[in-house]
Amino acid sequence: MALSKIWVHVEVNEGTVAPITLEILSKARTLADTVEAFVGGSADGLADVLGAHGATKVFATGDLGGVLQGVHVAAAVAAAVEAEAPDAIFFGTTYDGRDIAARLSVKLDKPVISNNTGVELDGDALKVSTEIFGGTQIVTTKFAAGSPAIALFRPKSFVAEEAGGGAAEVAELATGDTGNAGSATVLDRHVEETSGPKLDEAAVVVAGGRGLGESDKFDMIEQLAKLLKGAPGASRAIVDAGWVPYSYQVGQTGKVVKPTVYIAAGISGATQHMVGMKGSKNIVAINKDEEAPIFGIADLGIVGDVHKVLPKLIEALQAR
Amino acid sequence: MNVVVCVKQIPDPADPGALNPDHTLKRDGKLILDESDTYGVEMALQLVDKAGEGEVTLVSMAPNGEVAGLRQALAMGAAKAVLVSDDALAGAGALDTAKVLAAAIGTVDGYDLVLAGVESSDGYTGVVPEQIAGLLDLPSVGFAKSVDIADGKVKVQRQTEAGYDEVEAPLPAVVSVTAGVVEPRYPSFKGIMAAKSKPVDTKTVADLGIDASVVGWAGAGQEIVDVAAAPEREAGQKVVDEGDAHEQIVAFLDGLKVL
Repeated sequence: MALSKIWVHVEVNEGTVAPITLEILSKARTLADTVEAFVGGSADGLADVLGAHGATKVFATGDLGGVLQGVHVAAAVAAAVEAEAPDAIFFGTTYDGRDIAARLSVKLDKPVISNNTGVELDGDALKVSTEIFGGTQIVTTKFAAGSPAIALFRPKSFVAEEAGGGAAEVAELATGDTGNAGSATVLDRHVEETSGPKLDEAAVVVAGGRGLGESDKFDMIEQLAKLLKGAPGASRAIVDAGWVPYSYQVGQTGKVVKPTVYIAAGISGATQHMVGMKGSKNIVAINKDEEAPIFGIADLGIVGDVHKVLPKLIEALQAR
Repeated sequence: MNVVVCVKQIPDPADPGALNPDHTLKRDGKLILDESDTYGVEMALQLVDKAGEGEVTLVSMAPNGEVAGLRQALAMGAAKAVLVSDDALAGAGALDTAKVLAAAIGTVDGYDLVLAGVESSDGYTGVVPEQIAGLLDLPSVGFAKSVDIADGKVKVQRQTEAGYDEVEAPLPAVVSVTAGVVEPRYPSFKGIMAAKSKPVDTKTVADLGIDASVVGWAGAGQEIVDVAAAPEREAGQKVVDEGDAHEQIVAFLDGLKVL
């Protein structure tokens, strides 16, 4: 059995389709005969890559004029649902994805299931799976409220693969008046300058935690990440403590990473953190406490002081 | 300036979580205030202080009349709380929760702003604040890392993939704040004593005019069909640093050809 149609929200970063959208499109096309996409904003420059990953059509609202998009895109999708009849609407767990999915669930009075890492068909019904208790257990939930099923998926849950399709056809997604609820307006955008690869796309991630002791020791993490052409990351503890920006956070409430190598320095391995990094292909952990939970999943666990091990490691890599 | 803050009382995350046979989260131990909600409470208290007038009202939902977590937030300085407690709420999904909280917020007179944490530390759905805004037909801004009020508007720095956006919305509005946005205060002894006598208005679903058959298991529109252990990742080699651990790391990285 396959569903007849799935809609996928297109997340756009700096004019480019985000990897998570391509991951979800790739999965959706194994579940439904037709996969279509929708985007809050213009579809310019997006049709080729969306088509290549299986979307035959992309519905675009066009320029929204500086408003925060959640309310507007949700209203437009809700209005189109009756005529287009998608069986399911998928989103990535992203800032805009969560906003739109939440507003849409209210508009359609349908549940939305968040934070999923898997999806499959059970006859005509969709079943999604979600990791709980720090990823130690997997809950499978079946949608029972009729279509469309609304689900959010975490990044890196599926592999993005091209299907060889041509450019998606671009269609209009009509927006209407959303009144006062739609009046939140973006006044200004700030882009944090980063060099090197993005945290959730890097082949090597070097992450630091509370074990570093003080905020300026995070320089060692930055330096090591640079030497390994990777990205620096952080545990929630030091993000909450204000040492590094929120964008560095790896974990349940931060980024999910699946690099070739993940180096955890001074991170004990709270379940919150492990959910975000346990999918890494190889894990190296350095921690003073030999009982630290991170050692339970590390391929190479170093019981030692990060203040001794990291400087020597940096020196050894600089010498190469 | 009156601020409503949505808070959740959760099982202590330090204890291993467990599920009931019906797949709901076990909440029979002592419940505590979700740490991620302490940021919303602190932010609300600061906004009211800055405005020089008004108060903070808590709204919460719990199946068993539990108030321990609410007392924590009252001890920080919130003035009062509305708690919706009803057996019919067992199994409530995010949308059901939003319906109940939106109705509870509707009983609070003259609020200017609704604050909430982005997501709870037990459910992590991350959609409830936005759903509440949808049900109340209010503007909303999620993932706030700073919140300012001026001239009847709320100005928010909203997290984005690239950095942050400066977003403005007219009041009343719903804003969700990220963890770490402010430093939550510790309740003083005086605050703890005062919290004991602050009003907690406990309501049932029927009190709010909500049909019990549309929330909780009955109305969830979703059915948990399986809970299984995730495949475990096995530990590899563990070595104690004798001054040469960095060499082992280099050799390990060499073996993976990432150097």
